[in-house]
Amino acid sequence: MPGQPLPDAEQLLQALIEKMRPEAGPQTGLIGIHTGGVWLAERLHQALQLAVPLGSLDVSFYRDDYEKIGLHKDVKRSDIPFDVEGRQLILVDDVLYTGRTIRAAMNELFDYGRPASIQLAALVDRGGRELPIAAQFVGAEIQVDPQQGIELKRGESGRLSLVFYTQGA
Amino acid sequence: MWLDPSNPQLNKNGELHHLLTLEGLPAGIMWQILDTAKSFVGVTQREVKKVPLLRGKAVFNLFFEPSTRTRTTFEIAAKRLSADVINLAINISSATKGESVLDTVANLAAMQADMFIVRHASSGAPYLIAKHVAPEIHVINAGDGRHAHPTQGLLDMFTIRHYKKDFSSLKVAVVGDVLHSRVARSHIHALTTLGCPEIRVVAPKTLLPKAVETLGVHVYHDMRQGLKDVDVVMMLRLQNERMQSALLASAQEFYKYYGLTADKLALAKSDAIVLHPGPMNRGVEIDSSVADGGQSVILPQVTFGIAIRMAVMSIVAGN
Repeated sequence: MPGQPLPDAEQLLQALIEKMRPEAGPQTGLIGIHTGGVWLAERLHQALQLAVPLGSLDVSFYRDDYEKIGLHKDVKRSDIPFDVEGRQLILVDDVLYTGRTIRAAMNELFDYGRPASIQLAALVDRGGRELPIAAQFVGAEIQVDPQQGIELKRGESGRLSLVFYTQGA
Repeated sequence: MWLDPSNPQLNKNGELHHLLTLEGLPAGIMWQILDTAKSFVGVTQREVKKVPLLRGKAVFNLFFEPSTRTRTTFEIAAKRLSADVINLAINISSATKGESVLDTVANLAAMQADMFIVRHASSGAPYLIAKHVAPEIHVINAGDGRHAHPTQGLLDMFTIRHYKKDFSSLKVAVVGDVLHSRVARSHIHALTTLGCPEIRVVAPKTLLPKAVETLGVHVYHDMRQGLKDVDVVMMLRLQNERMQSALLASAQEFYKYYGLTADKLALAKSDAIVLHPGPMNRGVEIDSSVADGGQSVILPQVTFGIAIRMAVMSIVAGN
């Protein structure tokens, strides 16, 4: 078991809301990345009282590991219920790690149109980047053993928590 | 051997490597294809209708028998996955010069094919090809003889699910020339696997395979009884070439007893949907007022066919 406990996801989410509040305007488009990022985006969307409906992305059709591991078994439908063209966008993901998911998400977004800007919000940033990608809004930076996976869970009450899992399992 | 000997369309990890038939295809894979296709429907409604999954791959449409709809939708699907598509109508190509199917395929493989979409008049031809290609090549059956037409079966399941949501309480009637229909076989296997509790086949005795009941279907020779209270009517094409044989008196006679008219359709549930795999013989198996009517989902079938073929190609190419 890992030595260092993971921070409380609900507290990190509150911190993230306060960081984003000054930047998110009435025309900002918020887009969650499946699955954890969509849960977070739903909460952020509500807390920031954004007027534009929430978007969601499943980046499976754009992942760079398709050749290696094939298509993901459970592909969700991407849904962007607003015009991307010329809009300020904020992508939301739970754990920022290699940056490959964000690269895939940006590629997919550009197939909807040319946004004015894309920013990134992540609940935790665990380092380990393999691409030149950075988040503008981060709940916390944490240090984790590279063998450890971290994912967001949502309980029956809707409460969010971060948990470890063993990679490759 | 990288394939499962008992089910040569699966690899040794139980993943889909070729798509040859829906018979014996595990339910999990069938649901995965239907779910993935749903996500591709979203892609086809965007400004840019392409995703990069098959970028750099070469897909060969290998049609030894003519087809418009199936070949075109496979071509569109492959292009929307960013593959390069090469269309070959073999009846006007090497086959007329006496080249064997396997020689044709070997030559195309030497041109660095990644996937073959095969339509052939002989049952089993796609199996023969799948058995002889290199392990990195994938084969998809686009209709072989009277045997199977798995992507048609899947797109029809997608269409039913789209309108009816759930298979577990449906009554479905498959109507017409079941004997010669590869589509009907694919329907029966898929509906059974997905948990449809009541599958009916409606046809004259001469157009039913022997012992069709062993597939778990209910047989009706009277169409009015067969359509009573069904949720889904799946019409089959009456193949004109069968008219020459002694199986049928005439097209007019067939239309009278087995043609889908508004008054026969009225016996089904009021929200029943009507499917047809095309091409339709209007006034033979289906009346124009039904084909173009409010309960017809024949054109949505064609659109959904693109998403289903995108799903199948992207799943096999990744395995």
